[in-house]
Amino acid sequence: MDQLLFYASAALAVVSALVVIGQKNPIYSAFALVVTLCSLAVIFGLLGSPFIAALQVIVYAGAIMVLFLFVLMLLNVKREEDAPGRGGRALAVIAVLLVALFVGQAGAVLSRLEPGAASGYDASTRRMAEILFSPHFLYVFEATSILILAALVGAIALAKKDF
Amino acid sequence: MTLSPAVQELILAAVKVAVIMGALLGVFSLMTWIERRVLAFMQFRLGPNRTGPFGILQPIADGIKLFFKEELMPAAANKWAFLAAPVVAVGTAFLAVAVMPYGPPFKLPLTESLPGFLARFWPEWLSGREFQFQIATIDVGLLFIFAITALGVYGVVLAGWAANNKFSLIGGLRSSAQMFSYEIALGLSFVTVIMLAGSFQIGDIVASQAARAGGWFLGWNAFVQLPAFLVYFAAATAEVARTPFDLPEGETELVAGFHTEYSSMRFALIQMAEYINMITVAVLATALFLGGWHSGIPGLPSEGLFGFVFWGAKVALLLFVFIWLRGTLPRFRYDQLMHFGWKVLIPVAAVWILITATGVALAGR
Repeated sequence: MDQLLFYASAALAVVSALVVIGQKNPIYSAFALVVTLCSLAVIFGLLGSPFIAALQVIVYAGAIMVLFLFVLMLLNVKREEDAPGRGGRALAVIAVLLVALFVGQAGAVLSRLEPGAASGYDASTRRMAEILFSPHFLYVFEATSILILAALVGAIALAKKDF
Repeated sequence: MTLSPAVQELILAAVKVAVIMGALLGVFSLMTWIERRVLAFMQFRLGPNRTGPFGILQPIADGIKLFFKEELMPAAANKWAFLAAPVVAVGTAFLAVAVMPYGPPFKLPLTESLPGFLARFWPEWLSGREFQFQIATIDVGLLFIFAITALGVYGVVLAGWAANNKFSLIGGLRSSAQMFSYEIALGLSFVTVIMLAGSFQIGDIVASQAARAGGWFLGWNAFVQLPAFLVYFAAATAEVARTPFDLPEGETELVAGFHTEYSSMRFALIQMAEYINMITVAVLATALFLGGWHSGIPGLPSEGLFGFVFWGAKVALLLFVFIWLRGTLPRFRYDQLMHFGWKVLIPVAAVWILITATGVALAGR
């Protein structure tokens, strides 16, 4: 049952991620990204971390993507025009290289993994909090919050041009 | 014949899903009638009173009418998005329902205690089994609900955008901005409740309230956590876009807001999603702040049927308050709405978290 759910959501994640980059209409891309994020959340949940799964949906799918869509709809972005074709051969070479890289990496990962390797790892909310607030990560965690605060102040300063 | 435990669980889950969804649909259709009647009385009118006694068959009449209406779709609408929007709205509304407890846990009757004809069909594995109307008990129940309500906004946004209508689009934009703003206050209001209970599970939160103040109702979170309760109620009202926060469908400015172009059963689906969300919010408030199914008076029992009565009365009271608010308060202006959300609710919730956290730390828990 878990395996079935994993393969279904993994396939959904990959397909919707392809839609995100393959779509001409930016609004469709945004919705496809929401689907990707939600299927990633299902995978997190299957890995035994419902907390991360919920955060994934709340923060990314629920908050950030709503803002993306908000901007897309407000600006009424139309279909993306085809970029004028230039450097077709160079692009093809890059694409082949990237695909080769991806296949190589996927092969390396798959050959090393044993099935069921992720099970038995404690990723519960309590354990997460213990690790996150342990001395090892505490400073990084606090530094991140200061970074976010700085971004917030910056956003307000940009939005409010005259003080 | 003995069934394997997995199959037993599956059967019980299916029964729970069927009963809870059926009950919710029943309450939804009843609510449409109650809302119109109560609102009418508040405005010195009568409301729908023609179909059946007191007009109680009105929801059925409405359903039949909507069913036979023509389904219209604007020619310039985005077809798939237009069709998907009500499905997303109803889907997310019903997903949030899955982790909520409906009434207290109880023991199913023993086979011996049942009358003859029932006992014959009552399988042994059901006899005396612990049972609660809650479809899924997950580790992070509260966060799950929060995540699903965060997704609920997509139904509205999709509906507003797909119709290719200016009123719809503005309604959708208003809705996304509003839900996004009030989600933060809603999330912050949960935090103190979780801190006091030490758990994300709704069942644990209910139990923690009953254990306080010797079982008296003064120990409920609504009293102990009054600021959090008020913030929750205001933010939740905004989340489900009820008056005075119903700007996404403000009919004096936007016709009907994001669902202007919807008709027939698609309109009914959107309405259903809104009512289900409202019921979800009321059930959640009952569990988090009003002591769930506990009576709140030490002498009064809250097990079994009593629990259901107390629980149902609290939910009904909250639903009535929603209607009452609609009959009482005018709609916010948009800048007032944003001001209230960002400059009143969020700071109050944040300061209250600080106070509660200090208290919890001093109490050494």
